[in-house]
Amino acid sequence: MAIDYDGLLASGSMMGSGGMIVMDEDDCMVSVAKFYLDFTVEESCGKCTPCRIGNKRLYEMLDKITLGKAEEGDLTRLRNLANVIKDTALCGLGQTSPNPVLSTLDNFPEEYEAHVKESKCPAGQCRALMQYVISPKLCTGCTLCARVCPVDAISGDKKLPHFIDTSVCIKCGACMEKCKFGAISIQ
Amino acid sequence: MNLVKLTIDNKPVVVENGTTILEAAKSIGVRIPSLCYMKMDDMNFENKPGGCRVCVVEVEGRRNLAPACKTECTEGMVVNTHTVRVINARRTVVELILSDHPAECLTCAKSGECELQDLAQNLGIREIHYTGEQSHYKGDQSPAIIREMDKCIMCRRCETACNEVQTVGVLSAVNRGFESVVAPAFEMDLDHSVCTYCGQCVAVCPTGALTERDYTWKVIEALVDPTKTVVVQTAPAVRAALGESFGMEPGSLVTAKMVSALRKLGFDYVFDTDFAADLTIMEEGTELLDRLNRHLNGDQEVKLPILTSCCPGWVKFFEHQFPEMMDVPSTAKSPQQMFGAIAKSYFAKKLDKKREDLVVVSVMPCLAKKYECTREEFSVNGDPDVNVSITTRELAQLIRNANLDFASLPDDDFDQPMGESTGASVIFGTTGGVIEAAVRTAYELHTGKILEKVDFKELRGMEGSRKATVDFDGLKLNIGIAHGLGNARKLLEEVKAGKSEFHAIEIMACPGGCIGGGGQPYHHGNVDILKKRQRAIYEEDKGKPIRKSHENPFIQELYKEFLGKPMSDLSHELLHTHYFDRKKKAEVE
Repeated sequence: MAIDYDGLLASGSMMGSGGMIVMDEDDCMVSVAKFYLDFTVEESCGKCTPCRIGNKRLYEMLDKITLGKAEEGDLTRLRNLANVIKDTALCGLGQTSPNPVLSTLDNFPEEYEAHVKESKCPAGQCRALMQYVISPKLCTGCTLCARVCPVDAISGDKKLPHFIDTSVCIKCGACMEKCKFGAISIQ
Repeated sequence: MNLVKLTIDNKPVVVENGTTILEAAKSIGVRIPSLCYMKMDDMNFENKPGGCRVCVVEVEGRRNLAPACKTECTEGMVVNTHTVRVINARRTVVELILSDHPAECLTCAKSGECELQDLAQNLGIREIHYTGEQSHYKGDQSPAIIREMDKCIMCRRCETACNEVQTVGVLSAVNRGFESVVAPAFEMDLDHSVCTYCGQCVAVCPTGALTERDYTWKVIEALVDPTKTVVVQTAPAVRAALGESFGMEPGSLVTAKMVSALRKLGFDYVFDTDFAADLTIMEEGTELLDRLNRHLNGDQEVKLPILTSCCPGWVKFFEHQFPEMMDVPSTAKSPQQMFGAIAKSYFAKKLDKKREDLVVVSVMPCLAKKYECTREEFSVNGDPDVNVSITTRELAQLIRNANLDFASLPDDDFDQPMGESTGASVIFGTTGGVIEAAVRTAYELHTGKILEKVDFKELRGMEGSRKATVDFDGLKLNIGIAHGLGNARKLLEEVKAGKSEFHAIEIMACPGGCIGGGGQPYHHGNVDILKKRQRAIYEEDKGKPIRKSHENPFIQELYKEFLGKPMSDLSHELLHTHYFDRKKKAEVE
């Protein structure tokens, strides 16, 4: 891909201020789109309908996807709304604000589908979609994780595999950080 | 004149350079739905912020869709107003508006008159695909206007009316993005602002965001109270518009049916504000001649021009904006308040009742009248001269509530004595009418001659600001007329600068005068409706046997039995008022 005005436009991006952000498989594309929408919702002046209300709705739909609450058909609606905003907004802000949504939808459809259909975030970024799990094979029952858990979500007898109650867990990650045996992972 | 040729929906069209796609399409019968757009020729009203994006169309060669209300036609342009892309965009945009709009149509004051409701119906929207958080704003209930901004769609028409037409400058967009809304500065309530309650914002609001304060229930309560004698007065402009609320042609005169309906609703006396308008002419006309004669006799102190004071929106406007000129307008009360004062003194005495036993209801084309009757100086020991003021729209509501079939009501006449009126009083309802009525009487009082030709066509019309010279038997009287507060401001600036050539100026706050008042049936931007109402008013005048206020036999009787003569001490007490400097009142809490 050519890094020039036309090349970037053709791939659904834009030169902007010339900045470039490098991301890898640990970045969730839905969350990235949401991040940009958060910005445009904040920046909208409120004069035209598509930008004032449309961007807000785009953000809310992306939020719903990252929370694992999206339904069948949401991705179609998301794409339609993004296209209409781009087509009808009054100024350059509204006309380009859906670009992050459209280009991530085009280039990373599988990430969106994983969120919607399997309630999974492949990059492990969407907190609502992750679960901390203790492997019974690797756990030595040292009890360190249970002691650092701020909400007492981990239980288990000494020297026996421990267990995380996901209904209590706040996904802070403290247990995983402390475990010396690599027994805790995100699923 | 440069012409451009283009194609709209495969139809060729030639228009003047500068014409928008929306206007060009209209000229060949292609209707493009729109929402925020509103244009009223002759009224200096043009609102096209291009904000709603409902009127978008496809222009070949253009990357995105074009708003038809703002995009000018160019040579060879190919426009499609009805493609799948356009329809989908339009529907989606309207769904977005609906997603941030309370779904309260069944109980909304604007139901049936709402342009958003119509649009949703015309587009056949049955489901809102995009839902989410809705915006909520502080409610605001002034004595005249209710602001329910959760229903605001940011069309900005009220802003155009308030700032450009009326130059009052109360309403503007505040906040940004999803939180943006139209409000007074610092989101203060209207009654802390310099709002004149002219109601032109209400007249143009497409939804129920701005409505009148509804007092119909207060009227019903009074009507069913056996201890109260309920007297109603109807303003001149009401009879020329009420029929529209029942599907009649604009400009239908429904005076006799309106009287019939009021009687059936249970009012004890059905009187006419027109009677009080004749009385206003007696007082204001005498004041005009008094000031004029003093001026002609070399009195340097006397203030000329004299300005009319019938319009409460206009009164509040100069109290806020020109407090240093409070001695310029006539001190005569408005007809509504003159009526109230006479009803609760002269008429109450005739009935042998105490003033507190009378409830005076006024039916007005106006929202400022609701505010006017709450002004303290218009009450005696806490009992207001006019208890309740309702609009033409509220009267229509009362008639519907009572299950009356308006069109088939029999004709009926006003009661006496306060129902008798002349042609001069009827024309109070339109711009130019008050001054024409004043001239008819002042001419005869000044010259002592009979005025043969009572129609002063030079004072009539729809131009925002007009002037005419009337010959008072050798004395040339220069008369200025302004309707719409923006036009009034211009004349007032001239008076302030000492450059005014006029002896008398008539001012009405609303474009068109009372026929275009904020309480009239909604015109939805159609100026023809106002013109038809104006014609109806002049028609009623023409049909009256008496057309000069001072010839009203019941007015003559009132002076003989009660008031003495115009500008007498009792007249001063009951029929004249004073004004307040409100410049400092517009402070933030």
